[in-house]
Amino acid sequence: MSSTDISLHKDVHSGHDDHHDDHDHDQSFIEKYIFSQDHKIIAKQFLFAGIFWAIIGGTMSSLFRLQLGFPEATFTFLEPLLGKWVEGGKLNPEFYLALVTMHGTIMVFFVLTAGLSGTFSNFLIPLQIGARDMASGFMNMLSFWFFFIASVIMFYSIFLETGPAAGGWTVYPPLSALPQAISGSGAGMTMWLVSMALFIVSQLLGGVNYITTVINMRTRGLSMTKLPLTIWSFFLTAVLGLLAFPVLLSAALLLIFDRSFGTSFFLSDIYVAGEALTHTGGSPVLFQHLFWFLGHPEVYIVILPTFGIVSEIIATNARKPIFGYRAMIGSMLGIALLSFVVWAHHMFVSGMNPFLGSVFMFLTLIIAVPSAVKVFNWIATLWRGNINFTPAMLFSVAFVSLFISGGVTGIILGNSALDIQLHDTYFVVAHFHLVMGSAAFFGMFAGVYHWFPKMFGRMMEEKLGYLHFWITFIGVYLIFMPMHYIGIAGFPRRYYTWTGFDTFNKFMDMNTFITVAAIIAFAAQFFFLFNFFYSIFRGRRATENPWKSNTLEWTTPVNPGHGNWPGPLPVVYRWPYDYSKPGAPEDFIPQNVPFSQTQSSNLPHERDFE
Amino acid sequence: MITIAVALSIILLLVILYLLFRIQVLASIFKGSYRADIGKSNKVNAALFIAFFLIMGGLFVWSFLDAQDDMILPVASEHGIAIDSMFWLTMAVIGFVFVLTHILLFLYSYKYQHQEGKRAFYYPHNNKIEIIWTVIPAVVMALLVFSGWKTWAKITSPAPDNAVVVEVMGKQFNWLTRYPGADNKLGLVKHTLIDATNEFGLDLTDQNAQDDFAGEPSAFHVPKGVPVLLKIRSRDVIHSVFLPHFRVKMDAVPGMPTTFWFIPTKTTAEMQSETGNANFQYELACTEVCGRGHFAMKLNMIVDEPEEYQKWVEAQQKKTFVSQLQQGAPADSTAAVAMNSTTDAAGATTPAPKQ
Repeated sequence: MSSTDISLHKDVHSGHDDHHDDHDHDQSFIEKYIFSQDHKIIAKQFLFAGIFWAIIGGTMSSLFRLQLGFPEATFTFLEPLLGKWVEGGKLNPEFYLALVTMHGTIMVFFVLTAGLSGTFSNFLIPLQIGARDMASGFMNMLSFWFFFIASVIMFYSIFLETGPAAGGWTVYPPLSALPQAISGSGAGMTMWLVSMALFIVSQLLGGVNYITTVINMRTRGLSMTKLPLTIWSFFLTAVLGLLAFPVLLSAALLLIFDRSFGTSFFLSDIYVAGEALTHTGGSPVLFQHLFWFLGHPEVYIVILPTFGIVSEIIATNARKPIFGYRAMIGSMLGIALLSFVVWAHHMFVSGMNPFLGSVFMFLTLIIAVPSAVKVFNWIATLWRGNINFTPAMLFSVAFVSLFISGGVTGIILGNSALDIQLHDTYFVVAHFHLVMGSAAFFGMFAGVYHWFPKMFGRMMEEKLGYLHFWITFIGVYLIFMPMHYIGIAGFPRRYYTWTGFDTFNKFMDMNTFITVAAIIAFAAQFFFLFNFFYSIFRGRRATENPWKSNTLEWTTPVNPGHGNWPGPLPVVYRWPYDYSKPGAPEDFIPQNVPFSQTQSSNLPHERDFE
Repeated sequence: MITIAVALSIILLLVILYLLFRIQVLASIFKGSYRADIGKSNKVNAALFIAFFLIMGGLFVWSFLDAQDDMILPVASEHGIAIDSMFWLTMAVIGFVFVLTHILLFLYSYKYQHQEGKRAFYYPHNNKIEIIWTVIPAVVMALLVFSGWKTWAKITSPAPDNAVVVEVMGKQFNWLTRYPGADNKLGLVKHTLIDATNEFGLDLTDQNAQDDFAGEPSAFHVPKGVPVLLKIRSRDVIHSVFLPHFRVKMDAVPGMPTTFWFIPTKTTAEMQSETGNANFQYELACTEVCGRGHFAMKLNMIVDEPEEYQKWVEAQQKKTFVSQLQQGAPADSTAAVAMNSTTDAAGATTPAPKQ
């Protein structure tokens, strides 16, 4: 069972087994691949959808970076792509805002929430806890198809005559409520809200499933304190989503009422487009509270799964137990808890009571402590390891680097006094693109490279992975480090161009440089795309456990069939991080190996279990 | 035609790249290195981390120093000095952590790269270390929180009674300012009273409104060395008042007036000589996305010596809203036209020189 037998023969056989499986289960193509209830297929569906959205979101960022890097240039060559949004070679300023808005929405929700949690929670939870499938395969299927409908609506909104939503991904009313104020707040915003409502349904269906599965369906012997950190992180992510997303749904509903049914939850005393509106008594700040009550946990929904993924990959490839397993769980619990009480640090200068500001500054800066503990633990895991730099490991080490670089500036932004100057400048843009944008993307790449063999039964091409990694890693720093300088200089976000201000009429070269770096880094992602699709069909065949890892998913056949394990479910005896244990013949002991078989390496307190 | 040629050459390029890739794969299979467990690449990648650290670290230091002059805006308010010193102190703290953790991260990655026959050190946990590196960040954070609290409390404390009051109102897409006049009280406004001439929606029947007057459309004036209280509001969507040189920022929210007070320490003229830029102007920018013209919502702020300011106020005081609006009452339309043209001037972003 412990799959140390890595040979070509085994490989071919499991290929055959899989083939037999296909005949055993009499499923039509549609049942098997489209309306599938198998968690592995659903995970792949989320992954492909996430990749699709990432390409769209990335392309959008290249477009608006072109405008920022070359404000004087004419973009007639974009006319075939953008049509009327390019007027005489100039990007329409409202379309620019729409691009920024959609880039944020797509990346945060569709790629880094659905694409990330949807892929890895679905794929890994049953496989790593030794379950045949999710608690409810049907709900799981619904979760994907709700997401799919949300995606279709959001995608359609891009092609509307009046453009997609354009008031920023945070859709603050009144701007998002008044089509007179910006054309994107017409049909585009309606579709944004409908799409997000469906998206939230999808997240809740998924979240309920992840939580239920982790609590109820762990295999024999797998207590919570023996869970891989990946499962802990997915579990906490699902809890966050379940508590936070309904609040966004309520905000969206109230906004729909204000937009369509004449209520005044967020609107008051408005004179716009030559007309005084009748709305009275509403508060735009209320929307911000509701939005950020989701919005802040949301950034942890994005980053927590990658904490787990990266911990797992670093331990496996450093051939060392993760340092401070319980501290890692504790810090994740702390972060998850605190993430609910820091939302108003996005609102220090929104006009809310300054006393609230001081409370939220205190709570925000506390989060730095568990985050620091995680970083120190990752670094300690590398110490005296025996590191194998697979592409997944490269991305994981870089993840730690990006998490530090982006995280430390959070200490500045979380300080309400300093936030006065830096709020809504490029300093914020640089901060969150490093810490939750790039770092989460790196975690996601690491996960794809690492679990690709289990997903598709083949290996990704390593050399291309290295190339992809190095260009991306260098590119990301070249893009986002200089943005801090621009932010310190006070450059505001979401500006079409800064040339109208003498104060901001500098750093022109820097912006051009950032744009060039961004386009190169984006282009490098096509190495990944090629590698990904090429390897699905023509990659080197994988073995059962190519990384010599301990967790249960590597005890399944190369292409796990429906039900995951052909025989009985594995039984768990130990924690997942017995790497390089002194006295053991191999440098890893999978979780399903009983202590009775490893007497040479058992620690004193483990003798009782023999 | 050219598009087709470009597309064709891109396709050809991709095909060539693909063939090179296939040749490389086939060659490595032939050499037998394709299946090697941990090969030379591991050493290369480990070394590249060190190279990355040195080169990118060097670039970072160089670019930071190079950008320093452009990056640091001269500060012109009292609390701005406190904010700046706290900013650079925090930067030093996080800079230290940043450098230290990166040295360890990349050094360990290089030093503990895979070596044949070596085994990693089984070291699952050490509670003492965990406690140490929990407590140290906690203490540092506590210190930062306390100093942050002190500064924040000072900045957000109620404005002194002698503060000069200026109302700043945001609208799509320009800023308008209003002064309370001799009584130091701003008159009532209602959004239902807004029209093309009465842009503030001023209630002309209100006693306090009688002596209110507007700042010039291209710039508004404040005195140096005296507390200035900005009463901020918006009449359509959320805007945000940002005075970068004064470290001032506060959202303008429809239906919910906000305030921010500060003490300017340098007049426009002093800043012109300090920066060596004779055309220097303090600018007010919008930092909350508000629509198409968000990037062009600019208003200049002129800081005068108190005596100059007083002179300006006296000149301006004659042009109260009441006199302007009543002049342009129904029958007489010329004043309305004049008001409209000033509105247009406010919309344009041409800086108006003070002299």
